[in-house]
Amino acid sequence: MSSAPAPVSVLKVDALTKRFGGLSAVKELSMDVKAGALYGLIGPNGAGKTTIFNLLTGVYSPTEGTIVFKGTSVAGLKPYEITKLGVARTFQNIRLFADMTVLENVMTAHHIRSRQFLIDAVIGTGRHQREERETRDKAMELLKIFDLDSVAGELATSLPYGNQRRLEIARALATEPSLLLLDEPAAGMNPQEAVDLMNLIKWLRDEFSLTILLVEHNMKVVMGICERIQVIDYGKSIALGTPDEIQKDPAVIEAYLGGA
Amino acid sequence: MNLDAAPSILGAIVVTMGSMAICAGIGIIIERFAYRPVRQHSRLTSLITAIGVSLLLEYGGQVVFTANPRFFPQMIRSETYTVGPVQITNQSLLIIVVSIILMFGLEFIVHKTKIGKAMRAVSHNLSVAKLMGINTDFVIAFTFALGSALAAAAGVMVALAIPKIDPLMGLMTGLKAFVAAVLGGIGSIPGAMLGGMIIGLMETWIGSTSYSTYRDAVAFGVLILILIVRPSGIMGSTTTEKV
Amino acid sequence: MSLTRKVIYIAIGLVILLGLNQVFEHGLGDFQINGYYARIVNLIGIAITLAVSLNLINGLAGQFSLGHAGFMAVGGYSATYVTVFHGQQIAGLIGSSLGEVAGSALVMPISLVVGAIAAAAAGLVVGVPSLRLKGDYLAIVTLGFGEIIRVIILNIPAVGGATGFTNTTPITNFFWIFSMAILTIIIVANIRSSTFGRALSAIREDEIAAEAMGINTTRYKVMAFVISAALAGVAGGLSGQLFANPLNPQNLNFVKSIEVIVMIVLGGIGSITGAVFGAATITILPEALRDVDRQFPGMRMVIYSLLLILLMIFRPQGLLGRKEFSLDWFRRKKAAPAPPAAGGDTDV
Repeated sequence: MSSAPAPVSVLKVDALTKRFGGLSAVKELSMDVKAGALYGLIGPNGAGKTTIFNLLTGVYSPTEGTIVFKGTSVAGLKPYEITKLGVARTFQNIRLFADMTVLENVMTAHHIRSRQFLIDAVIGTGRHQREERETRDKAMELLKIFDLDSVAGELATSLPYGNQRRLEIARALATEPSLLLLDEPAAGMNPQEAVDLMNLIKWLRDEFSLTILLVEHNMKVVMGICERIQVIDYGKSIALGTPDEIQKDPAVIEAYLGGA
Repeated sequence: MNLDAAPSILGAIVVTMGSMAICAGIGIIIERFAYRPVRQHSRLTSLITAIGVSLLLEYGGQVVFTANPRFFPQMIRSETYTVGPVQITNQSLLIIVVSIILMFGLEFIVHKTKIGKAMRAVSHNLSVAKLMGINTDFVIAFTFALGSALAAAAGVMVALAIPKIDPLMGLMTGLKAFVAAVLGGIGSIPGAMLGGMIIGLMETWIGSTSYSTYRDAVAFGVLILILIVRPSGIMGSTTTEKV
Repeated sequence: MSLTRKVIYIAIGLVILLGLNQVFEHGLGDFQINGYYARIVNLIGIAITLAVSLNLINGLAGQFSLGHAGFMAVGGYSATYVTVFHGQQIAGLIGSSLGEVAGSALVMPISLVVGAIAAAAAGLVVGVPSLRLKGDYLAIVTLGFGEIIRVIILNIPAVGGATGFTNTTPITNFFWIFSMAILTIIIVANIRSSTFGRALSAIREDEIAAEAMGINTTRYKVMAFVISAALAGVAGGLSGQLFANPLNPQNLNFVKSIEVIVMIVLGGIGSITGAVFGAATITILPEALRDVDRQFPGMRMVIYSLLLILLMIFRPQGLLGRKEFSLDWFRRKKAAPAPPAAGGDTDV
């Protein structure tokens, strides 16, 4: 490989298994995501990609196996504890706070970085006012990146679909993560929108020094930006490598074309 | 027909069937005018509507019939059977038998008939059921009619056991019925029966001890204990939200 | 707002409340307020405290609790207990008695604090197991806890059991009622416009997404529940000491909880202005219907229930929705719409 020092692992998953009753949704999965990587997780529908995300973010707790994020074992922790450690995510079926504005959605996600106490809010101390201002400014900055600052006062669900997906990313970034998990961020977008989004994701990775783990159904998109891709089928890892290697892998071709 | 003068099984059946039919009609009307308009809103809206309807019926009854209790005619002449140490009246026996019959009848309708299948489909996913060509409005109206008719049968049985009736007699009973359903696990018919049995037996038992003044709290106490251990009730199935 | 301005505002507010209190209790010159109307105004104030506090958990956090009467009972009985059994001693500390202004001015806040703490403790005990449940389950369990609280009180002879708490000294007055109502509004409004309020709204909108954003949903639900219970306890303490013989377990059953629900639903669940409006309406309504209700007993509840059903059908978001009264209503006519902002602060 290269002469540069090998980057450290941000996320290390080993022998991860999740069973629902008799059904194994994820089997013996291992992953090693290095700092600063743009790591793609692909596979046919129902392969278990979203289940993996749910395991990594604490929505489900694993049946077996370990998940280590930056040296801390996060398997079995609650979602909010994992988010606090620096893992943020978006959802495949958009989950914005519907009855809140675009700005409030982003401000809400900054709550975990708040250092005030309830009493500060109740009596309106200086700390409360300062923090409120900072939170708002930060949220507006994020909205600017996504070109959503002009609709900051609108209800989140009044946005067009593509913008709702982008707002979810902005909201996730407001938690100040080091690892960002994107669940089909380009779903429902036209090819041009998808390309723009991919460029934006690349830019975000560099700008915020993020590690990004991406689940995507759209092969073209994943091949275009991910440096490392892992292919999942029936809950198992069937291939791992660079986009070129993946495209030539017979097991992958079989999973995508043969089984269908 | 003067039932007091001439108690008869036939008369009792006619009275029960009559009140079940009337309540089924009322159930359909209530569904049409109170619940159907709020169906597409949140669950909270239906919950508040349900509270409103329940209060309307109870206090509406008070306005119409006054709050004074009335005597329910003794449709069946009371007899007491003794089997060893156990004493039971024919009325209590009848109530137990009738409720078991009704439970099996309901199980049959829900699990073995076409309309029952449609009811379960609607309960599982209303919009998909509609797409599958089920007349969901009819199914829901039918469910209300069925539920109201069964509640009417229960009301007659309560009146048989405690022949002093008043418009608010269903307030606590209805509340405890809800508790019993949640306790057993919403959606499970045997669960509801089991829940009702547990609450009834616990109340009777507490009522016979020196803690009888705590009788009204027992149903809720049992409910809370069960839900802490099993949040979906004794026989309810857990549903997890898809993420 | 700077500290000095806050202090000045508080001082002005207190002076106004004391002045109004004077007019209420003793009249102004020849002018006397009709005792009947004064009573209704006081009841409205207590209802505001109840409704706004319930709105914190039901409206803001979206957790449908039906046990508010239970916390009102805990607070009411604890506060009244303090006054009845220790009131003279406490007043004696400053060489006064309960009958005198100074004495009651000391006993009242102490009793209210005790009531709030007791109700908060009850809220914690009820909230921790209940708030894992949702929707209908949460509603029936909180209702159940409310009924259990009531039955327990029925069985405590020291506080009168089924006959109610007798021999109380009515030391509640206009000043205490409305300072507590305003305090409640400020607390709830400030929580709502803060990061904690956004966390609670997020829980209401989507619990899974809220957890994913790092919000400890259980902790915040319990927090909102406990604060709500404490404020209901204050309302209980006020109403428990308003008349000579007002506390009776029969009046603090789940029908009372439903009455408070009707208040916030009528005004618009989640809106503080709505809760205030609802509290006033639902307090005045039965008085206006008094003659009808006397002629046809039960009519009052029939009208409540019809009101609930019709509201749910035609305006499920309540009369005001989530809107709030603010000075912007007057300003907006002159100036262009303000830049997007997520609601201002309400300072103390």
